[in-house]
Amino acid sequence: MTTANESGRGDIEDLLPWYAAGTLGPRDIQRVETALAEDPELARRYQLVREESAQTIHLNETLGAPSARAAETLFAKIDAEPARAPAISGNLGARIRDFFAALSPHTVAWSAAAAAIAIVLQAGVIGVVLLNEKNGGGYETASAPSTSSGDGTYALIRFQPQSSAADITHFLDANKLNIAEGPLAGGLFRVRIAPTRLAQTDRDRLITTLQTDQVVSFIAATQ
Amino acid sequence: MQTTSDENLIGRIGGGDRLAMQVLYARHHVRVYRFMLRLVRNEATAEDLLSDVFLDVWRQAGKFEGRSAVSTWLLSIARFKALSVLRQRGEEELDDEQAAAIEDQADDPEIAMAKKDKGEALRQCLSKLSAEHREVIDLVYYHEKPVDEVAAIVGVPEATVKTRMFYARKKLSELLKQRGIDRGWP
Repeated sequence: MTTANESGRGDIEDLLPWYAAGTLGPRDIQRVETALAEDPELARRYQLVREESAQTIHLNETLGAPSARAAETLFAKIDAEPARAPAISGNLGARIRDFFAALSPHTVAWSAAAAAIAIVLQAGVIGVVLLNEKNGGGYETASAPSTSSGDGTYALIRFQPQSSAADITHFLDANKLNIAEGPLAGGLFRVRIAPTRLAQTDRDRLITTLQTDQVVSFIAATQ
Repeated sequence: MQTTSDENLIGRIGGGDRLAMQVLYARHHVRVYRFMLRLVRNEATAEDLLSDVFLDVWRQAGKFEGRSAVSTWLLSIARFKALSVLRQRGEEELDDEQAAAIEDQADDPEIAMAKKDKGEALRQCLSKLSAEHREVIDLVYYHEKPVDEVAAIVGVPEATVKTRMFYARKKLSELLKQRGIDRGWP
């Protein structure tokens, strides 16, 4: 092998560890594979890289894993940390992207329908208020009684992504549930599960029942 | 089956979601632990550092900007913690020359066996590399990090990563040669 060939081989040879690990881009993969096919000495050296790679993995895999103590220490420290408000970080865009990517078309359609209904209801309420004011009447909403967050029992629910709008609507109707807020972060909805404030045992029993429905992915009591 | 991305978990952790933290920990703790153990060479220390690394993640998640993979960010924090401990110890890494000298002292039964088992010899020599060389080899071969992410973790230019990898491999060949295994390279 001439010096010129050795020099040309050097650039490709530098890439062999990443080629063995499968972390090269398509262009570099092509360059390496072409060179390996044409240069038997480079192919021999690539075998050395493969041996190193295999033994490095073997060595690391025999190092064992940390004990449960590390996790216990960590989560004890986390629990001792002061509670914090949800952060609005620079990563918000990615979170929103991830949230929508995680939703099925059915769920997206259902969420859009729910948002449209909310807008129509809101417009109706505003219209009634304006009409009453115009007529000199007192404030009275078209729908009664009020469902302010001070009343009732509430839960956070995340629906199965594959559930259709019809499935979710049926679930809400069958159990006399009302969506109070949502979708919130993580695809959660705040749902009123009873019109009055239930005792904890009754609330837990109701949540356990709701949890068995196939459209429910996650449910937990909330204020 | 769809799994939640690391980036999504970090977003949730930034909002104080403990469950997301448990998922992220379950996903990455073994590799992060092993990376630090290879640097500090002490299991108890590596475990202590592991808790510290993920506590930093809990505290700093809201500031994560997603410029690199989450696993790269974790290894960067882990590396910083491990090197801080090494500095605090004031412990000099075993010099390569010293390591070679120790291996040359005697062709004892262990070494004789290692000569027969090339894989075992390779693993022993990998353990004898300097921290700098162990680190780059582990990041490339075990943690499967591309050149740019190794550069981000170690804090050097990409060209330096390639050069460092070359010298780490060269040193490995030299150590093997001292054990009677000539790879014919470099």
